Amino acid sequence: MYRYDEFDERLVRERVAQFASQVERRLSGALTEEEFRPLRLKNGLYLQLHAYMLRIAVPYGTLHARQLRQLAHIADVYDRGYGHFTTRQNLQFNWPKLKDVPAILGLLADVEMHCIQTSGNCIRNVTADHFSGVAHDEFEDPRPIAELLRQWSSLHPEFEWLGRKFKIAVTGATQDRAVLKSHDVGVRIVRDPATQQVGYQILIGGGLGRTPMVGKVLREFLPREKLLSYLEAVLRVYNLEGRRDNKYKARIKILVHEIGIDAIRAKVEEEFAAIDSPRNDVDPQEFARIAAFFAPPAYESLPDVSRKLEQAQAADAELARFVEHNLFRHKQRGYTALTISLKPIGQAPGDATSHQMRVIADLAEKYSFDEARVTHMQNIVLPHVRLDDVPEIFAVLRAEGLGTPNVGLVTDILACPGLDYCALATARSIPVAQALAEHFADPAKQKEIGDFSIKISGCINACGHHHIGNIGILGLEKKGAESYQITIGGDPGENYALGELLGPGLPAELVPEAIDRVVAVYLSQREPGESFIEAYRRLGLAPFKAAFKEIADAVA
Amino acid sequence: MLLLDRQGEKVDSFAHLQDGEKIAGKTPIVPLAALEAELAVQGGAPLGVLVENNVRTAELEPYFGTLALIAIRFPSAADGRGFSLARQLREHGFTGLLRASGPLFSDQFPQALACGFDEVEIPDASAARQPVEHWLAARNRITLAYQHEHGLGESILDLRRARTLEKNLNGAKNV
Repeated sequence: MYRYDEFDERLVRERVAQFASQVERRLSGALTEEEFRPLRLKNGLYLQLHAYMLRIAVPYGTLHARQLRQLAHIADVYDRGYGHFTTRQNLQFNWPKLKDVPAILGLLADVEMHCIQTSGNCIRNVTADHFSGVAHDEFEDPRPIAELLRQWSSLHPEFEWLGRKFKIAVTGATQDRAVLKSHDVGVRIVRDPATQQVGYQILIGGGLGRTPMVGKVLREFLPREKLLSYLEAVLRVYNLEGRRDNKYKARIKILVHEIGIDAIRAKVEEEFAAIDSPRNDVDPQEFARIAAFFAPPAYESLPDVSRKLEQAQAADAELARFVEHNLFRHKQRGYTALTISLKPIGQAPGDATSHQMRVIADLAEKYSFDEARVTHMQNIVLPHVRLDDVPEIFAVLRAEGLGTPNVGLVTDILACPGLDYCALATARSIPVAQALAEHFADPAKQKEIGDFSIKISGCINACGHHHIGNIGILGLEKKGAESYQITIGGDPGENYALGELLGPGLPAELVPEAIDRVVAVYLSQREPGESFIEAYRRLGLAPFKAAFKEIADAVA
Repeated sequence: MLLLDRQGEKVDSFAHLQDGEKIAGKTPIVPLAALEAELAVQGGAPLGVLVENNVRTAELEPYFGTLALIAIRFPSAADGRGFSLARQLREHGFTGLLRASGPLFSDQFPQALACGFDEVEIPDASAARQPVEHWLAARNRITLAYQHEHGLGESILDLRRARTLEKNLNGAKNV
């Protein structure tokens, strides 16, 4: 993991003091509310429905035990004993008091953390594949460039007042687990087929929200030393040319859509040509310094298979289920990346209590080289676990309500905070997620359905990624009541797709039954080994729409 | 209007046209639309121009040698196009004075300077809430920067390079 040096530390401390001064000057009237609001947002502080919300950056989702314990401490002292992990691999506290925020920021700085640019019209927290550095299908660990980008984008004087927020994701694996095509910019580490040189493919203009757009290739191959100067060109073109007349049309995806990928490429290349010089290249020594922090830990040499785990599985059906669904194949023989589901049946997706954070911290320290990852699916990964240790880890998790064996299954539901917390929401998300999880709670049923993703957003801004759920649920307000629009066929990965509407909106109580009908079509018509999304692609929308209509007609 | 630069409040030797008229004893700042006409009658005397933040750098580039000042208008504090435009003008070789003109606030002062502005010109209402001391204090809150080329403060990359060099030197001494 990256560790701060004295300069990283000083910058974060100075930023804390700067924010304290901004709060003081707001209170004295030197800053108007209009001036203060973006400053507060750029420091992750939102005013929500019932209280302030503080969003803490977890750079590319990586945490160590001390950080987790500090978050637990903050949850206990300054919040209500829990936190919420978000789809941008961050952590949110829902009940902090404004007066406590500078103290919280100080505590975060003590463990090399901050809230810089977790909101506002600037470059947001860089996200990455949560299996970075450990995935079997990885070409190169993307965390060094994620950290490089974190530093470059932090307090960038030119890009603090963009037309709208700007999100960057990176991956170095074959399978896209970072949802690159939903980002303003996606960076994929690739090898140039011509020269065998390693560099980057750059995607641009993806996004969800009220106008979902699929990211397009801006550059097939960018030499590695050009990454920052090229992104500087992208951001400058966006800052100058992006729309400012309508905040709903201000993301770069709209600019790309309106002028076309070829025109934006020409503009970026022209700007890049002006910036490009050896002086602006990524410094190789600095890159090497950062990359050294991500060297693989001291793995033991182990056999591929763990007899110990096999025996334990044979004796414990729940452990067997956990192994089947919550482990991911590791680069290193005898190790696994273990996902802790924050989706126990009936709970708010992504929430963790301070006690659970401490439990995870202990496990990370003891079994995973002091490292944990937050996933954009709102779960936590222990990235370097010996297969031999899985039974012991599972025993602890089970005892703490963290052993739910549902990763990638129908109950592993992604949901935004919705109308229970959020000032923008038009409907609740959490109760819908809870009801669906209860409805599909039977482990045998979950296993039968297999890979299946439900994603729920409580408004059109799509924080719950509903466009790219196999089933997407969008909560709207219709004539004073909550109404849920359901889409089908979304896919965040290699076969990226936006979902299609199944029919008219439904009241919350009918959502589980409607999804039941959709699932029934799949179960009755699937071919051997075919997943839900594969069957959907083969069968098309029609049979699912027909089944859905029976429920929708009952309401009409 | 309050005009300030790195040193603090500054006497303005330029003046925007008032009702289309120049102010005696001041170098005029004319709107871009009037630039060609003004140059025709100016006879080589110093001149400034006021531009909107959506002007193209290419449009101004032919005048770089003749303009003593370019003032970029900020229609609001949140509209950051002027920051990128300033960078672009500097990168394309403009070496005259660069002024940010509009309702910026003190926390944006170091950003404006880092992007290549020399000075900011703010409305009286902003100046009443944020006196010169606020603007100068804002410059010293963040003293270092990750951005090598145009950071807010000392370049962290340079600091790291110096640290490595020192380590290597110390290492060499010990041998």
